[in-house]
Amino acid sequence: MASEARRTAKRQQMPKRAAEERIRDFKEVALGYDIEQAFEEAKRCLQCKSPRCVEGCPVGVDIPHFINKIVERDFNESIRIVKEKNNLPAVSGRVCPQEDQCEAKCVLGRKGEPVAIGALERFVADLELERGAESTISPIATGTRIAIIGSGPAGLTAAGDLAKLGHDVTIFEALHKPGGVLTYGIPEFRLPKAIVEAEIEYVKKLGVRIETNIVVGKTLTIDEIFSMGYRAVFIATGAGSPRFMQIPGENLNDIYSANEFLTRTNLMKAYMFPKYETPIRVGKTVAVIGAGNVAMDAARTALRLGAEDVCVIYRRSEAEMPARIEEVRNAKEEGVRFQILTLPVRYIPTPTGRVGSVECIKMMLGDLDETGRRVPTPVKGSNFQIKVDTVIVAIGQRPNPILANSIPGLEVRKDGTVVTVDSSGKTTKDLVWAGGDIVTGEATVIGAMGAGKKAAASIHRFVSSS
Amino acid sequence: MHRIVAKKQLAPNIHMIEVEFPPRMVAKIRPGQFVMIRIDEYGERIPLTPAAIDEDKGSLTLIFQEVGRTTRRLGRLREGDLISDVVGPLGTPTEIKRFGTIAVVGGGIGTAFIYPEAKALKEAGNCVVSIIGARSGELLILKEEMKSVSDKFFITTDDGTVGRKGFVTQMLEEVIEMGEKLDLVIAAGPAIMMKSISDLTRRYGIKTIVSLNPIMVDGTGMCGSCRVIVGGETKFACVDGPSFDAHLVDFDHLLSRLKMYSEEEKLASQILEMGNQDGL
Repeated sequence: MASEARRTAKRQQMPKRAAEERIRDFKEVALGYDIEQAFEEAKRCLQCKSPRCVEGCPVGVDIPHFINKIVERDFNESIRIVKEKNNLPAVSGRVCPQEDQCEAKCVLGRKGEPVAIGALERFVADLELERGAESTISPIATGTRIAIIGSGPAGLTAAGDLAKLGHDVTIFEALHKPGGVLTYGIPEFRLPKAIVEAEIEYVKKLGVRIETNIVVGKTLTIDEIFSMGYRAVFIATGAGSPRFMQIPGENLNDIYSANEFLTRTNLMKAYMFPKYETPIRVGKTVAVIGAGNVAMDAARTALRLGAEDVCVIYRRSEAEMPARIEEVRNAKEEGVRFQILTLPVRYIPTPTGRVGSVECIKMMLGDLDETGRRVPTPVKGSNFQIKVDTVIVAIGQRPNPILANSIPGLEVRKDGTVVTVDSSGKTTKDLVWAGGDIVTGEATVIGAMGAGKKAAASIHRFVSSS
Repeated sequence: MHRIVAKKQLAPNIHMIEVEFPPRMVAKIRPGQFVMIRIDEYGERIPLTPAAIDEDKGSLTLIFQEVGRTTRRLGRLREGDLISDVVGPLGTPTEIKRFGTIAVVGGGIGTAFIYPEAKALKEAGNCVVSIIGARSGELLILKEEMKSVSDKFFITTDDGTVGRKGFVTQMLEEVIEMGEKLDLVIAAGPAIMMKSISDLTRRYGIKTIVSLNPIMVDGTGMCGSCRVIVGGETKFACVDGPSFDAHLVDFDHLLSRLKMYSEEEKLASQILEMGNQDGL
């Protein structure tokens, strides 16, 4: 294709299930490209000599190269190139905010639409998973034991990279299933658990052992890990402790943290209650507090669990919403309402002690704050009430303090995040690295994967030189 | 996977199972801590307190009452069957030291929780006054075990079939009125019982520790299902507790939260009794 034709060719739209159909079940919403769509989209890539998209990728995937292999219809080679850098491509192809990363840097995006890099990554990853991903790498075993704490995106990435280098890697996971937020948090309809399981299988095929039901800091200490012969430890326990607003009535029945709501649904499969025995309660009217990706996941889950009216309550305006535009759009298509510039101030119970309504106050936006967003301030006397049956508080998570507090010499900030001394994730404690949400606070899957990658490289350098 | 190496029915709907658990982790369990178990792919994660541990053998003894669908299915398992997941110890241990004279009060299944604490407190040199109670004599558990770690031992039943007729709270008041100088009261049992114990000891100004039993999911501080109000602050019982200063606990809130899923539990159990495993 001539360069001009590439510039004018339209970006392939990924097919999605119709909103009215998809809100009746938990099956995946976005269906992925077929081969011809992938081929057409791949042809749009300009194959830049010094590609800026790669700079935008936290794990440094050689984007033009893998896309070029799609054009050549060499899909095996394409996924091999992706996996040189990314151990979880079917996951990141689905949940990465590409619009802020690789695709934001795509030259085509200056005048038109960028190449759909995420959709192409998902395409080659899914194609391989259909056949069953095999490890093509057979490194020489170093015999060096490395422990990873947490099996979310940071832990799995670091584990995969270290195993590829021949190290003997064990992941310790607190829950009964591995995957961290990919398993308990992100819903089936956005990230099917079969995909997560398949990618975890791939990491296991690289030689990684995963021990579930181990809460490091409680059931196993870091000193015991070292005494078991591990030479280095990577802490990747994420940000799993839910925040509440600390307003009156927040502990009433039928008020959930988003973490609890999503864990009951995704990990414990409450949407198949009572065959799966963990219950969940969703009334007719549901309010979701907050407007990040987790809030969108919770709102859309509530719809699928039978809610008739789901309303996202957010104190700023749509422009400031932290959720991906794509996720807000999906939620709107499915009928989620948005009550912006609104802040809950208290919850009012029914006579039986369940939440009955939420009292809110109107907000207005003032000057910019340090995050570049306009500061919301309450409008005096604008209080009003919204009748609700269920409330999901999705205002963010902080790191779970169990592990960090159990390690003497590990410097931890007030908010529970672990202090690192350099960009590789080295902590103030010898032989201990940390990365992902436990260091940055709540952030993205791909950011955590990037941190896992850097830590793995640093741990490898360390154990190889000592 | 964890094998059930022994099983015994202690009372109608109350069972004791001994489950395999790695010795290294058995060794870590302290009184006041609990484990989360999941019997299989379909089961809820439920918190249970080891009533006894055997480090040499590598096992935990768990006592549970059939209440919901998961515990009913657990009650149907036999020796040799496998439990999918056991994780622990979780929670903050109860402080064990020499306090002086301690009243240890167990109501119903709460006696299973209180027994390891009573034992440890006795070993720490305390004078242990135990009061255990149940609705009826056949529902009393761990009588001999409790007696063996107590300096004074009382039983109450609501119907008077065994021991004193009445509630553990009345017995405790009698003990106090008889002039027993208590330095501490430790209680576990139904929330309503812990509430009345707390009201009683507040009147007498005796420090009291209760072990709360809210609904949990992960048991590691991840979800907030088990949030309780203590001293006006929200606490997660799974990591901050489950033991708290009784006089600071908002029991009405706890009682309300315990009822959150009563409709769902009833439905799930009914379907199980009807023999429809799919529940559809």
